[in-house]
Amino acid sequence: MPIKIGIDIGSTTVKVVLLDEENTPLYRVYTRHYSKVREAAAEQLRQVADRLQGQDVRVLITGSAGLGVSNASNIDFVQEVYATAAAVEKYIPGTDAVIELGGEDAKIIFFGGTLEERMNGSCAGGTGSFIDQMATLLDVTAPELDQLSLQHEKIYPIASRCGVFAKSDIQPILNQGGRKEDIAASIFQAVVDQTVGGLTQGRELTGKIVFLGGPLAFLQGLRDRFVETLELDADHAVFPEHADTFAALGAALCTDDVAPMPFEELLKRLDESVQETGLTDTLPPIFASENEVEDFRTRHAKAAPEPVDADSYRGDAYLGIDAGSTTTKLVLITPEGGILRSFYGSNKGNPITIVLEELKQLRAFCGDRINIRSSAVTGYGEDLIKNAFHIDLGLVETVAHYRAARHFNPQVDFIIDIGGQDMKCFKIRNGAVDSILLNEACSSGCGSFIETFAKALGHDIAEFATLGMLDQTPTNLGSRCTVFMNSSVKQAQKEGAGVESISAGLSLSVVKNAIYKVIRAATADDLGQHIVVQGGTFLNEAVLRGFELEIGREVTRPTIAGLMGAYGAALSAKDFEGDTGNLLDATALGNFTHMAKPGMCKACTNRCSLTINTFDGGRKFISGNRCSVPLGGERGTEPNLMRYKYKRLLTMRGKGDGTGVRGTMGLPLGMNMYENLPFWFALLTKLDFEVVLSPESTRELYQKGQRTIPSDTVCYPAKLLHGHVEHLIDMGVDAIFYPCMPYNFDEGKGDNHYNCPVVAYYPELLRTNMPRLAGVRYFDKYFGLHRPKDLERIAGDFFLTEFGVPKQETVTAVRHAYKAYENFRQEVRGEAERCIAYAREHDKQILVVAGRPYHIDPEINHGLDDLICSYGLVLITEDSIDHLVAPEKRKVLNQWTYHARMYDSARYVGTQPDMELIQLVSFGCGIDAISTDEMRDILEAAGKLYTQIKIDDISNLGTVKIRIRSLIAATEALRGRSAL
Amino acid sequence: MAKLVYDDNGRLLFTKEMKETYTLLMPQMLPVTFALMQKLIQLEGYKVELLDTNHRGIIDTGLKYVHNDTCYPALLVIGQLIEAVNSGKYDPDKIALMITQTGGGCRASNYIHLLRKALAKAGLGHVPVVSINMSGLEKNPGFSLGLRLIRRMVPAMIYGDLLVHLANQCRPYEVEAGMTDALVTRWTDRLIALFVKGQGLGRKKMAPLMKEIAADFAQISLTGEKKTPVGIVGEIYVKFAPLGNNNLEDFLLSENCEPVVPGLTDFLLFKIDNRIEDVALYGGSFFKKKLAGIFKGYIEGLQQCMIDAVASQPKFRGLVPFSELKAGVGGYLGYGNKMGEGWLLTAEMIELIHAGIPNIVCTQPFGCLPNHVAGKGMIRRLKDNFPQSNIVSIDYDPGATKINQENRIKLMLASARRAAQTP
Repeated sequence: MPIKIGIDIGSTTVKVVLLDEENTPLYRVYTRHYSKVREAAAEQLRQVADRLQGQDVRVLITGSAGLGVSNASNIDFVQEVYATAAAVEKYIPGTDAVIELGGEDAKIIFFGGTLEERMNGSCAGGTGSFIDQMATLLDVTAPELDQLSLQHEKIYPIASRCGVFAKSDIQPILNQGGRKEDIAASIFQAVVDQTVGGLTQGRELTGKIVFLGGPLAFLQGLRDRFVETLELDADHAVFPEHADTFAALGAALCTDDVAPMPFEELLKRLDESVQETGLTDTLPPIFASENEVEDFRTRHAKAAPEPVDADSYRGDAYLGIDAGSTTTKLVLITPEGGILRSFYGSNKGNPITIVLEELKQLRAFCGDRINIRSSAVTGYGEDLIKNAFHIDLGLVETVAHYRAARHFNPQVDFIIDIGGQDMKCFKIRNGAVDSILLNEACSSGCGSFIETFAKALGHDIAEFATLGMLDQTPTNLGSRCTVFMNSSVKQAQKEGAGVESISAGLSLSVVKNAIYKVIRAATADDLGQHIVVQGGTFLNEAVLRGFELEIGREVTRPTIAGLMGAYGAALSAKDFEGDTGNLLDATALGNFTHMAKPGMCKACTNRCSLTINTFDGGRKFISGNRCSVPLGGERGTEPNLMRYKYKRLLTMRGKGDGTGVRGTMGLPLGMNMYENLPFWFALLTKLDFEVVLSPESTRELYQKGQRTIPSDTVCYPAKLLHGHVEHLIDMGVDAIFYPCMPYNFDEGKGDNHYNCPVVAYYPELLRTNMPRLAGVRYFDKYFGLHRPKDLERIAGDFFLTEFGVPKQETVTAVRHAYKAYENFRQEVRGEAERCIAYAREHDKQILVVAGRPYHIDPEINHGLDDLICSYGLVLITEDSIDHLVAPEKRKVLNQWTYHARMYDSARYVGTQPDMELIQLVSFGCGIDAISTDEMRDILEAAGKLYTQIKIDDISNLGTVKIRIRSLIAATEALRGRSAL
Repeated sequence: MAKLVYDDNGRLLFTKEMKETYTLLMPQMLPVTFALMQKLIQLEGYKVELLDTNHRGIIDTGLKYVHNDTCYPALLVIGQLIEAVNSGKYDPDKIALMITQTGGGCRASNYIHLLRKALAKAGLGHVPVVSINMSGLEKNPGFSLGLRLIRRMVPAMIYGDLLVHLANQCRPYEVEAGMTDALVTRWTDRLIALFVKGQGLGRKKMAPLMKEIAADFAQISLTGEKKTPVGIVGEIYVKFAPLGNNNLEDFLLSENCEPVVPGLTDFLLFKIDNRIEDVALYGGSFFKKKLAGIFKGYIEGLQQCMIDAVASQPKFRGLVPFSELKAGVGGYLGYGNKMGEGWLLTAEMIELIHAGIPNIVCTQPFGCLPNHVAGKGMIRRLKDNFPQSNIVSIDYDPGATKINQENRIKLMLASARRAAQTP
C-alpha cells in the first residue's frame, strides 16, 4: 500500500506528515521556509528519501501558500481547513469546535449539528505573525513574550481587530512605562478577542474545544487566555500533541482518492516547479545601474550638519531627545548646529532605561568641557522623559521636525517624515506648519513594517534594503495596510518572486502608501517645490529613490534623516527662552530609579488605564490619563458642548410627564438615537410609556454583544449596539424600540437627507443576528421623520395596532415630539452661543468638533473632548453652528443630513478667525471617504487648517494628542504667537 | 476641442456640437449586456466606445486619483476611464465620459462627482461627463435618454440576462469548447441587426424570439458531467465585472463549477419597486407611485416572457419572477432596505438556496456599508434556516490578494463537495 503524504505549506512554515495504510503517523516535520516555499517542501521530503525510495506515494498539498505550489507542480490540493476538520474527526472524536491559529490565518470549525468552517477575513491580523510583530515591538522573542505574560497583573484593552491597530494601542502604553508582563498578556487577550469576536459570528463556542496551530502549541500564555475567556475546564480544552501539524495530517488522511505516484516522480515535480516563475505584476527598477546609485549618493551627501570636532570641542551645547514610538534618539549640538554626540537605538520597550543610560554616558562625555545649556524632548514619550529627567522643554513632534528641516533648507515648503510607526507630512506656509497629515492607524506601512518583513525572511534591515536596490523587477505589492501587504507578499512568493524583488516591492509600497493614501497627492506640485524628507525610513535608499521617482522631483534628505526630531528639539532648546538648565546631573542620574505600576482611574466612566511611575525620592508621574483629575486637579472647566449634549441626553429616560402605564420601552443608546432621542422620548412618554435607556457605553458592554457581530469591518458605533440591546433584554423591558430610518430629518441643506446605510438598517441586522431578540417584542419598523404629516398617520396606525393607542392620541404625541426635538436643537444652539461668548470674553480658541451625533459617546471618542478642553480650548459641535450659513451647492452629492451639517459648519468656521475645526471619522465609514476630501477643500479654501481624527475601538489618545497639539501650535504660529 | 459650455452650477455640459465630434467612453460592467447597450446608444447617433481594458494599470490610476478609502468599484470605474483618456488611444480634446448615477443613499451615487474631482486632479477638467440615470438628474443639451432609447434598452437588458443565464448553463459542460460563446456572439449580432431595423422589441416580438434563443442554446451538445453550481451575488459591480472580482467566473469554471449569476433585470425592478415602497412606508405622491407601478408592470411583463422562454426548454434551470423574489425575503429584511442592493441581495441568496444552489459567493467591496446588513449580516440567519447553505463572503479591494480570496472560495467549495457526497 502506498504511503500517504500530507504537505502543509503555510505563510511561514512547511509541515510534512507521513502516514501508513493504517493511518498511523510515521514521520512529521515542521520548518520555517523563509519564503522559499517550493525548495523547503522538496528539502523536507529529501530527508525521508531513504524511507520512501522506490515506493508509490499518495500526496496532497494544503495550506495558504500551498495552492501555488500545487498549481505549479501539478500535485493535488486540499483546502487546509477542510483537511484539519478531517484530522480532528479522525483523531479527536467528540470535538465540538476547533480553533486554529496559523501564521496569518485564524480558523474556526464547528462540529455538531451542521458543520461550519470559517476563516478570518482579509482584514484581521490577530495571528502568529501578529504575535511575532508584537514581540519584535517589545524586543523579545515569542517564547520570552509567553514567559512574560505568565506574570501579568492586569490586562490593558488592546484593539483586537488587526495587528496595526493593536500596535498603536501598545506603543503608547510602552512609552508611558507600562509593564511588559501586562502588555504581553494583553496581546494574547487581543488575539483571543479577535478570534472569538471575529469568527464565531453568533454561534456559541461551547463543549469540547480543540486548539491547533503553531502559536497555540507553543504559547502557554495564549492558551491560558483562551481557557479563561471561554471558561473551559481541562476536559473541555484540548491541546493535542503535534497541534501544529494537523492540517498536514488531515491532508495525508484525505489522500485515499488520489492516484498514487512513485516518490521520485513527486520529487521531480516539486523540483521542476521550483524553476517555474510566473511573475507578471512588476514595477520599473529603482536603480537601473551602479552609476545611478553613485550619483544619487553624492547628491544626498550634501545635506549634512556642520562638521565639528567633538573630542576637542569646549563650550555650550544643547540637548535634544526624540522619544519615538519604537526608537529613541538623542542629539547634542553646538550653537552652530554641529553634532557633538548622537544616539539612535530601539527603545526596547522601555525608553526610560535607554535614555538613562545614554544620559549617564553623555554627562561623562561632557565632563567640564561641554556645558549643556538647555534641553528639549519630543515624541510619544515626551511627558514621561520630561518628568523623569527634568528636561527644560517639551514640544510636539511636528514643530521639532519643522525646526530641523528649516536648518537644512530654509525654503522648505513640504516635509515628510516616515518613522518606525508613523508617517507625518506637513506643508509649510508663511513660515508656519500649515497642514498636517498623519497616517491612519490602518495604513502604517512604515519603517518597522519593512523591518518585520526583513526578519521574517531572515535578513537584517540594512542588508534587506540594499538587496532590492538593483533588482530589475520589483514586485508590485499594492499600497495598503500591513495585513494586506502580508498577503501580497504571500502571493508574490507563490508566484516565485525572489527576496530581492520583494524587498524592492516593499520599499515602493511604503512610498505609494505615503503619497497616495496619506498625502492624497496626484502630482509633485501637490506637495511643494522644496521637499525635505526625513525619518529613519528614508535612510533606506530604495525608499528615498522610490519616492523621488514616484513624484518625479528631487528632494532634500539630510544625512541625519533618522535624527531630525531630536535635532529639531536641540535647535528648539537653543531658541528656548524659559527656565533652562534643569537636566539631571551626573549624581542625580546615578541615584535615578524608576518603578511603573498599573492603575485605573475611577473618577468617571472613561476608566482611564493609568500607569503610575515612581522615581527616586518619591517623585511621581502619572500617565494614561485624559484629564487632570487623577493628578489631583479639576476636570477641565472650559465649556464642552459634547459633554453638555451627552449629559442632557442621559436625562431623557423614565416617565417624563406621562404616567408610564403603557409599560416600559427600551431604547438602545447608540447611533442615530443620539440625534433622535429627544424626539422619541417626547413621543413615547406622551403616550404614557416609560422610557428605559440602555446604559452608557463601555468596553465591557461592547464585549457583552461582541459574539453576535456578523461583520468585523463595520464601524465601532454600530458594533456597540449589540451590547446595548443585550443589556436591554437583561433588564427585562416590555419592548425594545429601535426603528429603521433610511431618511433623516429634512433640514433643507443638501440634495437629499439620508442616513448612512448602517444607521438606516442596523436594527434589522440586530433582529436577525441576536437570537435572544426572538423572545422579546422588538420594533424595527421603518419610520420617516422627514414627512411630519405622514408620520402622524403612519405612527398612529402603528401604535393603534401594537398597543391599542387611539389614533388622535398619537397624532398629538407626534406633534409634541417634533416640538420637543426642535426645542432641544435650539437649546444646543443657545448653549453654543454661550460657549462662544465665553471664549471671546476670555480670549480662548474655539474648536468645532465635527462628526456624527453619536461621536459624543465617550466610549466612541475615548474622552477626546476632555483632552481638547484640557488644552484650554472651548469645544462646540457641528450641529450647533451649521444654521449660521445659508445652504450652498457642493461639488459632491450632498445627500446625507449629517454630512450637510458638517459642510455648513466648516463653511461657518471659515468666516470666524477664532475658530478651528477637526473632523472625527469612525474607522470603516465608507461614506466619509467622500466627506473628508470635501471638508478639506472647504476649510483650505477659507485659509483654515484641516485636521481629521480617525477613531475606532482604540482607546489610546497618543496620536490624537499629536494632532491636537500640532493644530494648536500651528494656529498659534499662524497668529504670530510663539510655538507651543 | 468643442466650445466648453457650463451650467449655472459650473458643471461642464455635453453640447450638441460634442455629439457630432466627440467619442463617449463607457466603463465595462456586464460584457454581454453592455455590448448591446453600446450598440443602441450608437444607433441614436452617438459615438460610443465600451472599454474592455483589464489590467493593473487601471487600479493604479484609480488609486492615484480617487480617495483610497472610497469603494473599490468607484476606484475601478474612474481608474478605467482616466486610464483610457491617458492611454494615447483617443484625442483627449474630443472625448467625453459616461457614467451611471443611481441616486440612492449609498456612496455609489457619488461616483460621478468623484469622477469630476479626479478629472480636475488629473488636469482633464475639460472632459465632459455624461450622467446615465432615470431620475432626471443632470441634463445635457447634447445627450438625452429619449423614450425610444429607454424602450430599446430595457429589452436589450432582458435579452442580455437571458443570454447570460443560458450561456452559464452550457459553457461548463460544452462538448466542443467555444460553442457557447460563439452562439452568444451570433445572437448578439442578430439582435443588433434587428434593433437597427427597429425590430425585436416589445412583448409580442420578444416572446417568440426569446423562445428561439432558448431552443438554440438547448441544441448545444453537453457532456452531461456533474459540476457544482455556485451562485454569485453581491454589490452589483464586483458581482458582474471581471475587473472587479478578479475574474471570479473564470476561477469557478477552472474549479469545475458552474457559475450562476442572477441578472440585471431584477436590480432594475428593485430600484423601481423602492419608489413604490417609499410611498407606502413614509407617504408621498400617489401619482409617482402609480407611474412607477406602470413602469414596473411593463418590465415585469417582459421578464415573464424571458421566464417562459427558459421554461420552454426543460433542460435549463428556470427563473422566478421578481414578485417571488420579493416575497421570499419576508422575515429577513423590510422592503425599505433599498440602499445599494438592499433586500434584493438577501432575496437572491434565498432564491438560489431554494433552487438547490446553497453554495454561494457573496461579493462586496471592502467596507461596503449596505452589505454589512444585507450581505454579511444575513448569513447567520440563512445558515440557521437553511443548514445546507454554504455562503462565503469575499471582500474586494485594491490591496486584497487573489490568493487569499481563492483560498476562502476553495474552502467553501470543499464543504460543497463534502455535502454532495454525504446523502
